Parts: sequence; structure tokens; C-alpha cells
Amino acid sequence: MALTREQLAQRVAQELQDGYYVNLGIGIPTLVANYVPEGMEVMLQSENGLLGMGQFPTEDEIDADLINAGKQTVTMATGASLFDSATSFAMIRGGHVDLTVLGAFEVDVNGNIASYMIPGKLIKGMGGAMDLVAGADNIIVTMTHASKHGVSKLLSNCTLPLTGKGCIKKVITDLAYIEIKEGKFHLIERAPGVSIEEIIALTAGELVIPDNVPEMNV
Amino acid sequence: MSGFDKVVTSYEEAMAGLEDNMTVIAGGFGLCGIPEGLIAQIEKMGTKGLTVASNNCGVDNFGLGLLLPKRQIKKIIASYVGENAEFERQMMSGELEVQLTPQGTLAEQMRAGGAGIPAFFTATGVGTPVAEGKEERNINGRDYILEEAITGDFAIVKAWKADRYGNLVFRHTARNFNPMAATAGKITVVEVEEIVEPGELDPNEIHTPGIYVNRLIKGNFEKRIEQRTVRSV
Repeated sequence: MALTREQLAQRVAQELQDGYYVNLGIGIPTLVANYVPEGMEVMLQSENGLLGMGQFPTEDEIDADLINAGKQTVTMATGASLFDSATSFAMIRGGHVDLTVLGAFEVDVNGNIASYMIPGKLIKGMGGAMDLVAGADNIIVTMTHASKHGVSKLLSNCTLPLTGKGCIKKVITDLAYIEIKEGKFHLIERAPGVSIEEIIALTAGELVIPDNVPEMNV
Repeated sequence: MSGFDKVVTSYEEAMAGLEDNMTVIAGGFGLCGIPEGLIAQIEKMGTKGLTVASNNCGVDNFGLGLLLPKRQIKKIIASYVGENAEFERQMMSGELEVQLTPQGTLAEQMRAGGAGIPAFFTATGVGTPVAEGKEERNINGRDYILEEAITGDFAIVKAWKADRYGNLVFRHTARNFNPMAATAGKITVVEVEEIVEPGELDPNEIHTPGIYVNRLIKGNFEKRIEQRTVRSV
């Protein structure tokens, strides 16, 4: 079975480490915050100027001056700090964020990512995504493996305008955990109950399959 | 006004001198930390042909979205737009020029503009549509593109507290682009929630020194929330 959004977030959360500063993108990446392993401390960075993002507020705690990058009302965690946008992107561009998790429309075998624009259809902008992929060394892309119509999102060459070039090394989809190196996708893990044949069928770019492909632990 | 006193008492006075075809830099992230009254004043003045640099362009009928119905904005430089229908319509029809700019690049362009740095190299956008037409250089094995600074004829800023000298304190994530915007305007106008006397703000805690501020006005803020999200208790 393909992973649910929650299971996907759960699998990504296994990549967290104690003491990590983490930037989570909008959508599935946001859910990762719900699965931080017990006893582990991570600090969430919100690129609109908050390090140490807390949970959503109660009705009483709502503060219009305190939002996350998705413009949702949030709270501050203990030990949080606030700063301006230039400082925020100095953290991001300067490589100070330990892990970045973001969504995408397409990823290709050369580590290119397209996530911000579908010409003629969706032109809302890249927000902070281009800075995030350019600045981070440790990036995880989360997305569904293929579209609803069964069109692969793991390609030989991205077809949409790029968000970043040659910057993606890890992709976790609802079907598989894939690493990108030397111009190929490498299958590392598969979702529980998902066959290697299914993954091959829905991966358009060249996929290297090792002898042993364990199931994800979710 | 006299000496270092930056306080003005009317919005007319606050935005006096804004003319058609000028460039305006605006602080704010979404609807958080936006100079609501100054934007409303620009709408009222009917100034046209504006180039606006701001992370976003408001929503229908609020924030910078107020300047769309009468086509007051000619060009917008922003990282994320299209939260409103009229914006999308004008963009698709070509009535509104949209220059999509990565958020960190936009913040740095304003910072550089205010700091006298004409341009800077960044890896952000290399190999993407953002790099088109820009100088590219390899520095120590990595490719970078040259991004030019942004300055404005006016900067419109929202702060939490100010003293009469224009020393500013921002609150929570309403700070966002405001400190950079404040430095990058030829005329910087700041709308605040509270104005106190010089000496009342702790100099250690001032985010933006008054040297960047030309005019200061006390506003009343609606502080509309875009995504009201709560947890259940």
C-alpha cells in the first residue's frame, strides 16, 4: 500500500536528529513536526522570521503578529528567537539549517527540482524555495511518486521550470525512499506492501535497484 | 516637524510627494506587518503606474490588493503572489507585470539597496528562470548569479512601537521585510501602533535606528489573519 500523508511524514521524521535546526515546507513537510521522536529536540525555522516555532495556538493564544511561512497562526517554542527576513535567509543561504524538507512537482536523475510553477496554470511564485534548495546541503523532497493519473514525477529531465539545479539527493515518496547520485535514482526502501515492479512502473528516470530493498519502518 | 521629530499627523502628509510611476518598497509578509493605513492612503490618492517591491501583494480588497482594482500597480516584484483573483486576472491578461523573485534574494536586494551595495552574487536561482539575462560567475567552484539591489522612491513600513525620533521596534513575525524596507526608501514612511517620547525605548532593543525614518504616523490596524489555525484543547 502507498503511504498515507501521515505515514510519509512519519518516515521523514526518522531522518531527524537531536539538536537539528529544521525548515519544513508547506503541505506534507509541515506534518513532520507531529512525529518528532520522543526525547529528541529539534528547532523549527520559519523563513518569515522565527526560529523555534511552536504548535498552533488555542483560540485565546491567537496573535495576528505571529504566523508561519504558510501564513498560519502559530506559537513560539521555549527558546525561540525572532528576526527579519534578511537574517532568516542568511541562515538558509548560509547553510546553517541542518535539514530542509519540501514538496515538489518533479525531480530528475540529475537532482534538479521543479516545485513552483506550472506555466499557464499555476504561477504563484517560489517564495523561499529557491533559497532553501540553493542553501541547504541536507534536503529531503516529499511528494507522491506519481500523479493521480499515474504520470511519474521522478523523471530523466524535469519538464517544468526549475526551482534548483543539481541540489536534490533524497526523495521520499508514498512508494519509496530514493537517493540520487551519479545521474541515477537509487531505490533504498519501499513502502510496506509495495512491490519493486510497481515502483519501476511509476519511475520514469533510470532506477538502480539493489539486491535487497527493505520495507520502510512506518 | 522640527529637529529629529518625525511624527506627522495625517496620512496626506505621510504620503505627500508620491507621484505616478514611482517605485514603492513595502514591508510585510502576507497580511502580517503591513502598513495598512499607508496603503489605503495610496489607494485614496489614486497614484498610478507604481512599481511595488513587496514579498506578497495582499488579498482581494486588503493590503496591497487594494491598489489592484484601479490598476495603480504597473509592476510588482514579489516572491509569492496570486492569493487574490484580481491579481491573477491582471497577471494573466498582461496588464500587470510580475517579476517573481526568490524571497531571500528580495530581502537581500532591499538590504543591499539600503546599505549602498549595488549588487551581490547568490547561488539562489542558478539554472532556473530567475537566472535568465543575469551575469553568472563561478567562485571557488560554485556558480552564482548577480542580483541588483532595490531602492525605492518611497518605502512604506509597519512597526510596533517608535519614539518620535523614528527609532523602531517590531513585534514577533510582523518584523519580516520591514527593517530592510525601512533602509531602502529615499523617503521612508513608518506606520506604528504606538509612539512614545525619545528616551522611553531602551536603546539596546531598537531594531531600526531613526536615521532611516523620514515620517512617522500612528495608525489603527485591523491585522487581518489569512490562515486562522488553532489546535483543539
